[in-house]
This record gives sequence, structure tokens and C-alpha cells, in this order.
Amino acid sequence: MVDALTLVTGVAALLLAAWCGWAAYRDQPTKDWHFMGMAVVTLLTLVQLAVGIVLLAQGEKPEQGTTIFVAYLIGAFACVPAAGFMSLAERTRWGSVTVAAGGVVLAVLEVRLYDIWGG
Amino acid sequence: MTSGEAEVSRRRLTSGPGTLLVWLYGVMVVGAVSRSAYQIATEFDRAALAYSLSAVAGVVYGFITYSLVRGGETARKAALACCVAELVGVLTVGTWTLIEPSAFPDATVWSDFGMGYVFIPILLPVSAIYWLRRSRARNGDAA
Repeated sequence: MVDALTLVTGVAALLLAAWCGWAAYRDQPTKDWHFMGMAVVTLLTLVQLAVGIVLLAQGEKPEQGTTIFVAYLIGAFACVPAAGFMSLAERTRWGSVTVAAGGVVLAVLEVRLYDIWGG
Repeated sequence: MTSGEAEVSRRRLTSGPGTLLVWLYGVMVVGAVSRSAYQIATEFDRAALAYSLSAVAGVVYGFITYSLVRGGETARKAALACCVAELVGVLTVGTWTLIEPSAFPDATVWSDFGMGYVFIPILLPVSAIYWLRRSRARNGDAA
């Protein structure tokens, strides 16, 4: 359950990164559709956070420690919205680049989450 | 690029590529500070030097992020100085970890020139120095 969710979120993050990277390549700021994409990815990280907390409440233990696991879940949840807000303030291609970087950072966090859970 | 941009009393450093820099520095602040805080709190004795260096890196990142967001000429100079210090730090610690691995039982943010962080720690100060120097040049043109 955790592994599948981690994989889906990681792939979605990379797709978002590619999409916004494409917008930056075409010299465009992030648009409504991009924000929809960010919302979808953020929703996935929210589900991940909820599932993670439920599993911990049921007594499961991540391989590398509960504190680190929760910290990474919160970081993953905050990652894309933070980049999204910055792209709202920067209405140029650089806003798109920032969201693309946010997607890559989230993908890295998902790989780490996979290790921390002990997949 | 327009002259109106230069008329803002405290010039913005976060426009254009600055947005990406603030984002990446922000990520590094969270990464370095939370990592060192956790490690210092739970297992400081295992690798005191490594964890302290990560904490220092986190503070430097925090200061640069704050300077970039604040903007203005003083902040630009302060950020530039910190970026140089950061670059020296990454190069020193990176070389140190390669020559004397025994001094570091555990990794720091700057180990092996920031390899554990996709080399962002070494790429970031270089691009930030370039950006901050260019910001001054642009300001000079407008004035």
C-alpha cells in the first residue's frame, strides 16, 4: 500500500516537473491547468500523509524511525504547494522552472520515503 | 529589465531566476536544519563534527534565503559574502571528506561536494554568485 502510493506520487511529481519544464522551455508562466496538476499531486501527498499516520497509529514501524518518516511525509506534502505559491508571485518562465524544480525535489523525497519505510 | 524596476526603494532579488534560487535555498534550509537538529538531538556523539557542520550549513542557507527575500543592496552584498563562504565551505568539506573519511563517521550536507543532495550544494553558490553579481550590473545600468 505504502510502496504503491509512493511510486504513484513519485511518478506524478516527475510528470508535473516535465510539464512545467515544458512550459518554461516555451517561455510561459504557470497557468490554471498547471495549478490543477499541482493540486492533484498535492492531493496524493495528502493521502500519503493520512495513510502514513493511520499505519503508525496501527503500530507499524518504519525501518529508519518514526520521526524521520513523519518529517518526510510533511515535507513531501508542503513541497509542491510552496513552489506553486512562488510561481504565483513570479509570472514568468522562472515560476514554471521553480515548480518543475519542486516536482524533482518531491520525487527525491519519495525515493527517500521508500527507503525510510523499508521497501 | 524596465527602469521602473530600479525605482523600487528596496530592489527585489527574487524576480526571475531569483525565484528558483530562493526555492532551492529554502529546500536546503529545511533539509540541513531538520537533518542536523534530529541528528544532534538523537546521536550527537556518533559524528559530532559532521552534524555540527550540517548545522552551520543550515544557518548559512537560512541567512542567504532571508537576504534574497529581503532584497536591497546591503542584503545583496551580505548574501554574496555568504555565498562565497558557502562555496569555500563546500569545497573544503568536500575535499576533507575525500582525503580523511575517518573524520566523518556519518555524512554531512557538504560531504563529497554535496553528492547526497544531487550536487545542489556546490551548484547553488556558483549560480547564486552569478545572479547576485548580475543584479548589481543591471542596477548600475538603470541608474
